[in-house]
Amino acid sequence: MSIMEYNGGAVVAMKGKDCVAIACDRRFGTQQTTVAMDNTRIFKIHNKLYIGLGGLMTDVQTVGQILQFRHNLYRLREKRNMSPAAFTKVVSNLLYSKRFGPYFVDPIIVGLDKNDEPFVSSMDLIGATEISDNFACVGTTEDELYGICENLWNDKMEDKDLFETISQSLLSATDRDCLAGWGSVVYLIKKNSVEISELKARQD
Amino acid sequence: MSDYNFGLTTFDQSGKLTQLDNSLKAVSNGDTSLGIRAKNGVVVATEKKPHSPLVDVEDWDKVYPIAESIGCVYSGIGADARLLVRRARKQAEIYKRGYNESIGTNLCAKKLGGIAQDFTQSGGVRPFGVSLLIAGYDAQRGCQLYQVDPTGAWWCWKASAIGKNQTNAKTFLEKRYNDEMELEDAIHVALLTLKEGFDGDVTSKNIQLGVVRESTKKFQVLTSEEVQDYLDQLS
Repeated sequence: MSIMEYNGGAVVAMKGKDCVAIACDRRFGTQQTTVAMDNTRIFKIHNKLYIGLGGLMTDVQTVGQILQFRHNLYRLREKRNMSPAAFTKVVSNLLYSKRFGPYFVDPIIVGLDKNDEPFVSSMDLIGATEISDNFACVGTTEDELYGICENLWNDKMEDKDLFETISQSLLSATDRDCLAGWGSVVYLIKKNSVEISELKARQD
Repeated sequence: MSDYNFGLTTFDQSGKLTQLDNSLKAVSNGDTSLGIRAKNGVVVATEKKPHSPLVDVEDWDKVYPIAESIGCVYSGIGADARLLVRRARKQAEIYKRGYNESIGTNLCAKKLGGIAQDFTQSGGVRPFGVSLLIAGYDAQRGCQLYQVDPTGAWWCWKASAIGKNQTNAKTFLEKRYNDEMELEDAIHVALLTLKEGFDGDVTSKNIQLGVVRESTKKFQVLTSEEVQDYLDQLS
């Protein structure tokens, strides 16, 4: 039994043209038992920056809240929002500071930088960062997601296509994973708006 | 004003912290420094008067780079300045490590102000005997000039002077400053201002200049050759 698989769950993020999307499943379980079907693993940092976390649910909530806290103080000090690149560094440092007693989370960070360029990055539980050109996947359904995203993703997707692609990817992948699913939430982040959609899926 | 001096952390009856007033006096005893913010850059300048003709002035820096786009000059006790600059440099690096971005000038001034204030409210320490003029460029606010005092107060200047000749220098700057100044004009005015209160002749060896340009986004200590060029342009 791996601690990262104890609660189940999946998060995926994709870059589009002038937009980014991040989606997660809604299952919260203790091993085989499903405890909640309205769970969320995605936290808003500011209008153009979101973070989704796979892994142990208690650490997902703690790390998500700590990062919101840190950003709120940053905004008071600096009178501006954090850029996705700076935020990625903050998350990485936070995780590495617990190198020998880590938070059991796998974060994915999405946002639009100061020129509204799409940004996606992900890291492991101790902060090893990767900034992606295309997509990122974490959670118990990681492997399935990688397979689907690799085939469905292309670099010409505008917002509607991006939404379709990320939704289908997550739904199909989580159908194959007994520890993730029960629907999904998709955040589509554009220059002037964020669209939040709740998708229905197989309720098993 | 009380004759008693119960130490730094005690207010006197008129509500003053005597040690802080004294530390400001130490700053006023120091060599004059000044800074001017132009539309496209900031210049900081300082006197570099050795206390003996045997001192090797070439080896002596009074303009300190803090980060790639930030630097400062000081008036007051040199050793205290060096310590503050050291702290500032470290804070700038910590910020960069934490956010993958360079620290803004105002935040640098804020942190230094915080450090200076710590020494006005702790036991067994004395306040710093130095004020800093910090020049820097950041993407949010462009080129700026900040002053940090031993009291921990910090604020933004368009142009200012500190040290021995600060009153006359500030009056001179008030007359000469305008919002449309370019960096080259500001450098000339800085040199003229230094000349005003200088004891003897200004040469490229007994003053030092630092410049941050909007075009390069970098803080640069001018070499004595570059300073000589500017002095030649004056005459």
